[in-house]
This record gives sequence, structure tokens and C-alpha cells, in this order.
Amino acid sequence: MKLNELTIKEAREGLKSKKFSSVELTKACLEQIKKHNKDLNAFITVTEKEALDQAKSADELISSGQDLPLLGIPIALKDLFSTKGIKTTAGSKVLENYVPQYDATVVKKIKDAGAVIVGKTNLDAWAHGSSGENSDFGPTKNPWNKEYVPGGSSSGSAVSVASDMCLAATGTDTGGSIRLPASFNNVVGLKPTYGKVSRYGIIAMASSLDSIGHFTKTVEDSEIMLSVTGGKDIMDATTLEKKHEVKPLKKMKIGIVAQYSFMGIDKNLKTLLDNADKQLKKLGANTEYISLPNTQYATACYYIIQPSEVSSNLARYDGIRYGSARQNFGDEAKRRIMLGTYTLSAGYYDAYYKKAMQVRTLIKQDFNYAFKKVDAIITPVSPTPPWKLGEKINDPLKMYLSDIFTVTANLAGIPGLSVPIGFSNGLPVGMQILGPQFSEARLFQIGYAYEQATQWYKQKPKL
Amino acid sequence: MKNDKYIPVIGLEVHVELKTKSKMFCSCKAEYFGEKPNTNTCPVCLGLPGALPVPNQKAIEWCVMIGLSLGCKIPLFSKFDRKNYFYPDLPKGYQISQYDEPFAINGSLKLKIKNDPFDKTQAFGSEAQARRGHPEQSRTDEKLKIDEEKIIRIRRVHMEEDTAKLIHQGQDSLIDFNRSGVPLVEIVTQPDFESAQEVVEYLKKLQQIVRYLGVSDADMEKGNMRLEPNISLRINDKELIGKLPNYKVEVKNINSFRFVEKAIEYEIKRQEEILNNGETPAQETMGWNEKKGQTVSQRIKEEANDYRYFPEPDIPPIRFTQDQISKIKSQIGELPEEKLKRFQAGFGLSAYDAEILTREKPMANFFEETIIVGKKHNVNPKQIANFLINRDIDINLTLPAQLIQIILNATQTDQIDEKELEKIIDKVLKENPKAVSDYKSGKQNAIMFLMGQVMKNFKEKIDAEKVRILIMEGLR
Repeated sequence: MKLNELTIKEAREGLKSKKFSSVELTKACLEQIKKHNKDLNAFITVTEKEALDQAKSADELISSGQDLPLLGIPIALKDLFSTKGIKTTAGSKVLENYVPQYDATVVKKIKDAGAVIVGKTNLDAWAHGSSGENSDFGPTKNPWNKEYVPGGSSSGSAVSVASDMCLAATGTDTGGSIRLPASFNNVVGLKPTYGKVSRYGIIAMASSLDSIGHFTKTVEDSEIMLSVTGGKDIMDATTLEKKHEVKPLKKMKIGIVAQYSFMGIDKNLKTLLDNADKQLKKLGANTEYISLPNTQYATACYYIIQPSEVSSNLARYDGIRYGSARQNFGDEAKRRIMLGTYTLSAGYYDAYYKKAMQVRTLIKQDFNYAFKKVDAIITPVSPTPPWKLGEKINDPLKMYLSDIFTVTANLAGIPGLSVPIGFSNGLPVGMQILGPQFSEARLFQIGYAYEQATQWYKQKPKL
Repeated sequence: MKNDKYIPVIGLEVHVELKTKSKMFCSCKAEYFGEKPNTNTCPVCLGLPGALPVPNQKAIEWCVMIGLSLGCKIPLFSKFDRKNYFYPDLPKGYQISQYDEPFAINGSLKLKIKNDPFDKTQAFGSEAQARRGHPEQSRTDEKLKIDEEKIIRIRRVHMEEDTAKLIHQGQDSLIDFNRSGVPLVEIVTQPDFESAQEVVEYLKKLQQIVRYLGVSDADMEKGNMRLEPNISLRINDKELIGKLPNYKVEVKNINSFRFVEKAIEYEIKRQEEILNNGETPAQETMGWNEKKGQTVSQRIKEEANDYRYFPEPDIPPIRFTQDQISKIKSQIGELPEEKLKRFQAGFGLSAYDAEILTREKPMANFFEETIIVGKKHNVNPKQIANFLINRDIDINLTLPAQLIQIILNATQTDQIDEKELEKIIDKVLKENPKAVSDYKSGKQNAIMFLMGQVMKNFKEKIDAEKVRILIMEGLR
């Protein structure tokens, strides 16, 4: 097995027992990037020199007996995470030459945990998109079939992990931007509880929805990453520290959303979901139908709240600072700025934004009610497997609808873990496990049991 | 200034910068006066991508404190909102402010208005007069004025962040972000003022209160306090009481009480002329041009600006408990109004003296400390007040005990029998013609002899310097 194909857990063991060095591991990742990034376009910036320096320091620390959770582990960062001295573009020409003067809290935490940063990954500009095609630096390709989209907006991060260019990568999930590309790439994606991971230093898309998570090869690795990134941050007033109780899977009830049966789920995908359901039952969990009656309004509600906040968050790129003028915004950003400006305007605010916030409360209540009956909920991540590049790019509404199953978790602020459940015509798909706020440990528990039983993560794309 | 035909309708927005150590949403130093530009900045107050605001608890407490001092209600739930607009001094493209749930609402401030008793317009009823209390002190002979009370209703007190500072140099506009994010409290009144004098009186009171609270220096020159009156005129008609005119002229960012007075008076005159021509003044925003002595139009508003307010998602809503509010209230201490009453009742001071001594807290404190020392020497508060007010004592250079000593020395000489002393001096001068002629012919020492004679004959202890001066006067 090549070093870059290892999981975090395996690599940590290998590094500790001196089977290989962090420099060797890092070089293996950089080698893979060099080989395949041209085709896949997963990275906007590769930080080879910095990575090798960090790997060297990590090796020294390992030699001196230091033990840190990510010591010597090559990790990629979505290019929305501010990195001191390394340009951070948000996938947009507007920030093409922007070099932050500070590290995001999560970046700092990952560095402090000993990680090696290999580069900044491609994304839909400003994290606006579900396919990865909306990047001003070209679309990212799906490593399982380069004619297909990898899912977005954290497209490069998902692809970098799936194609073994790094061992883990960070992402952001505002309406599905981690879970969707995770499912399209056969990797594990975590969207944590809103407030679990600091947003400080991560370029904001829609502040009340943005969740900071990551992509890993396994559920165990996802847990390791969260143990590093999570926790209260004095720089983010919306972060919280909370614990949730854990109980054995055999005593768990898992909900299946009744309404989703009618929401046009792809046939192959439906079969794979049924298999997953059976598998969970086999593992001892009870599954039952639950109702999320307001879920049908989720996309409409999301596409009012999200653009409203986007319109405000993008106002600072006014052409006075950061070098690039406003005409460099792409169509999707302009569309959201206009939508959001409209829905916040006097005379429309009550009918749109305020109403959407009320619906949001109802959606939260749906989940609160559901979680009184069940411990977790499983749903598809997207209604279809990956689609072809270009298929939806000219139809924003169609594109928006690929998020119908994911936006609810952002509106409710609950965590969601996307795990692989197999392949449809050679393309990966996943399911998401949703739980109450701060129930990540429970999601890992369910995800881990399922993953160990199915081992989908062992499948690798042929590059 | 009142007018027969029209009654001015004036409301006021006052911005007060708080003197907290750090800024409103980051840990940068809040003091910017005299600092090198752009030295107290960080990603948060520069509005860099990804930076997030974390509210300054002290600033919020102080805002609530100001609200409580103005008799406001403090809602238990409050939140911050984004006010979206473009301006180069606003790096995020929005200002974090408060829209529909401010920290404090529905307060009031009582003014004492010194009115001209011969002003005819006082006979007219008005909305404001209806709210006026009974004259507390109807007539003082020296001033021939009537002091009246008037209540100015305060609509809201809210918290926001200051913007950066634009400095225009020739063709260039430079931005200093040291001021960006400094805590700013905005105090908004109802349109209850009817004259520039009332506005100035209110401003003085407000300035005094925030200084008493110790939450702001409220230094006009440093821009700690900025004033924005909105002015319109309504026809003086009972039917129209409480109805607002259909236009409003705002004068922005005035930084002196004198200018605010001038600007209001100028506007009243200007609008009166327009109204007399049968037209309606335009709804606009003006600036005060001191050189020209007039208000200058900045922009004409067709309708209200659309700031697209929405709840600030980066800051969770603020929930107070009654206990927390009581705790803040307990930190307020004595306010000028209470102190004034106590000084009058407790120390037997006149309203005039008490007002001077309570104008600034350090003076009031000095006065009270001196009273304690004075008790041991039988010096009463009234004497201390007289000295402090009439003798121009610099309280920064004088200790309370020193002031008592000064008073004691002065009163001792004051208490001597002046007539007896005069007699003795006359007698000594007559009985010692040689010494007198010696002195007159230039022998300065001769006066020492005469002084000795006077002090020997005068039985009470007396200040030698005083004797010397009196002898010299007698020799003229």
C-alpha cells in the first residue's frame, strides 16, 4: 500500500513506530498531487515548500517523543480558510491575489496539532454551488469518472481525499457543501453542529448556516479531526461547548423520513438506501418512519435566508480593498447578491426574510419532535448520483434542488455525517446520518458500525 | 427662540463614544485620539474576510447604564442587527448596530429652561408645555427669569460600532481604522424640543450624566460626542399639537454645542422663509458650515434610506436577567440631579451654588471631602462653597486640608475689629511723626517700626502683611 493511501489512524501508527517519516508521507501526497491535479483540478495552491518544512519539523518532534493528534499528517484546506501568508481565493477572481495576514482558528488548531498543510483546494466560488463547476479557477473533476461532477462546493477537498492527495481535508457546509461532495467521492464528510467548530477566519458565505467540517477516508479519522477542530473559540461568539450522551447501537432507534419517499429519489440510489437500512437493522438498530412535515419548505426557506446573508457578507469586496473590482464576481454570486438584496429590502423583508426565519423555526421544531422518538435519522445526501459536467450548470434551479435533503440540517443547526453506501453505475453515493445538536459522537458510532460492516472506503478510484 | 406663527419641532440623535479599554467587537485599543493611524487594528476591525465580531461586555453594560440613568426600560431580550450601506469608512459594508430591539427604550430627561418672562408665546398651549411640571423656582430677583421644567422623552438608547475615519488630503482620501469599531452609544429623543436653547440645555445635561457615569469623556473636540438634530416647523395651532410636519431636515455630525445652536437657529429661519412663501422645505440631510454660518445640503432624500437591516447572525441575541440589570443599576452611583438636591437640602446651599458645585463630579467630590476636614475646624459647608466658587480655587493643585487652612487664615483676619485697627493705625502714625517722615524720605525700614507699634497696640492676632498694606495706605 502506498503511504498516501493510509488513513490518519494508520499513518499515525506508522509514524510513531518509525516505519516511515512524515517527509516520506508528505512526499507521497505531493507526488500524487503532481501526477493527478492537472486532470482533477483539486488544488488551487499547492504549498510544497511549506509542507516539506512542516514535515521535517514534525519528524523532529516525533523523534523527540512528542505525540500530537495530527503530528506529521498531510492535510489540505478548502481555499475558504484564511491561511497566514498563503493566498486564499475563495475560488473567486475577486480574491485572486489576496494573502491573509492571519490564520483561521481551525487552521491554527490543525497546525498546532502537528499537521502538514499540503495546499488549498478548489471550490465553487464563495462556496456557491453544488457541483464544483462554479470555480473561477476551473471545475474540479470526479476521480471516479472525470466526465462527472465531484459535487460542491467543497469539491477540491473531497477529491483530494478520494484520490489520496492528502489524508484529510477541511470543508465548509452551508447547505450540503461537505456532505454532497463526500457522497459523490466515496469519502466520509462531517457537517458538525452549528457552533461546534469555530468559523473565525473562514470566509463567510451565510453566517447563520455555515458549518465547518472535514473530509476523511474513515469515520474514525473524522472523529480524530473533530477532536482537533471542535470546541469553544473566544473569537467566535456563536461557538459552544456541549457534550452528548452515548448509548449502544443495539438500543438505538433510527428514523427514516416518510416524506422523502415521494421526493423523486433515483432508483439505484433508492436500492442502495434500502440496503443501508437493512444493514443497520442487521447491526441491531431499530429503524422506523418519522415525519418532518415542514421539510418540503426547506429549500425555499434556505434560498431566502442564505442569499440574504450572502448579499451582506459579500458587501466588503467593494473594490476598495483586496485589489479586484466588483465586476469580477461571477454570475452565481451576482445572482445571490441580487436575490438577497431584494429579500432584505424594506417592504419585502417581512414577506420573505422574516417569513423564512419563521419557517426555519418550524423546521427546527420538526427535528426536535423527531429526536424525541428516534436517536438519529438517515436520509439520502442527494436525490441522484453524480451528474455529468455541464448538465445543470445553466439551470440554477435544478442545481439548487440537488440540496433538498441537506439544507434542512443547516437550517436546524444539527450535525450530519455523510458515509459511502455503494455505487450507482460506477459512481459513488452516500447517506447522511443526522442527529440532535452536539450528537456527533452518536453519529460516529452509527457511521463506524456501518462502515466496518460494509467497508466501502476500501474502494479506490482508478486514476 | 419661539415664533408666533410656527413652532419648531426638533428631535436629536446623539452619538457618545465609550471609553472602554478595548473596541466594541475586538480586543484592539479603543483610544484613538493622537495615535499613529492604523496602529490599533486587527482582522475584526479591518473587516477582513472571515473575521467575526465578539461583543464587548463592558460596553453593553455601560450602554445599559446610560439607559438606566435616563430612566429607560431595559428589555430582557435584545440583539444586534446589521445596517447595510456602502461607504469607504465602513470596511464590512455594514455597520453592526441595533434596529428593533435596542438595549434601552422609553426614558426621559428633565430640563430646567430659563425663559424670558415677557415672552408672549408662553401663553400659548403646546404639547411640550402640557408636559411641563410646576416651576420649581418661580422667580429669582437678580435674573428676572422663570425657570421651568420640561421633559424630553427619550425613544431609545442603542449600541453600535464607530466607523473608520476618513482623512482627505488634496486629491487623496486616506482611511484610519484606529476608530473603526470603537463602541458608540446612540441616544435618540422624541421630537420634543422647541428651541435651540432647549437642545443645548439637554446636551449639557446628557454630557454631565455620561461624565458622572465615567463611561465617556464626552469631549466634543475629540469627537467623543456627535450631534444630529432634525428640525422642522409646524404651524402654531392647537389642532396640530402632537402632529409632525410632513418633512424633516437633518443636520449631521455637529461637534459643538455652539454650532448646534447656530445650526438650529439658522434652519428655523430658513424653513420659516420657505413656509412663508407657501412652499414646503425639502426633506434633506445637511451639514453645518461654520465659515459660512449656514447649513449646507448634503443629500436630498426621496424616501428613507433602505439599510436592509437584519439580525446579526454572528452574535447570539443577548438575554438579561432582572438580577443582572439590578447589578448594573447598583453601579450607577449618584447622578447630578440627585447630588444637586442633596447639596441644597443637606448643606443649605442655594440652587445656584449647588449647580456650580455639582456640574463636574471631581468638584463635587472635592467639596464633600473638604466638608469632612472642615468639620474639625468649625468651617461650615456654606463657607467652603463660597470659597470654591468665588476664589477660583484650583482643585487639582489644592488638597481639601489646604483649602480649610486658606479659609481659616482668611476668616481670622476677616474677624478682627477693623475699626479698632484703623484707630490704632491713625494713632501710631500721629504719635510717630519722625518715623513717618523717615519713611517718606525713603527709609524703608521705618515702616517696620510702625508695624511693630501697631501690632503691639492691637490685642488680637493679626496678619503682618495686612498691617503693612494698611499703614502704607495711611501714609498716602
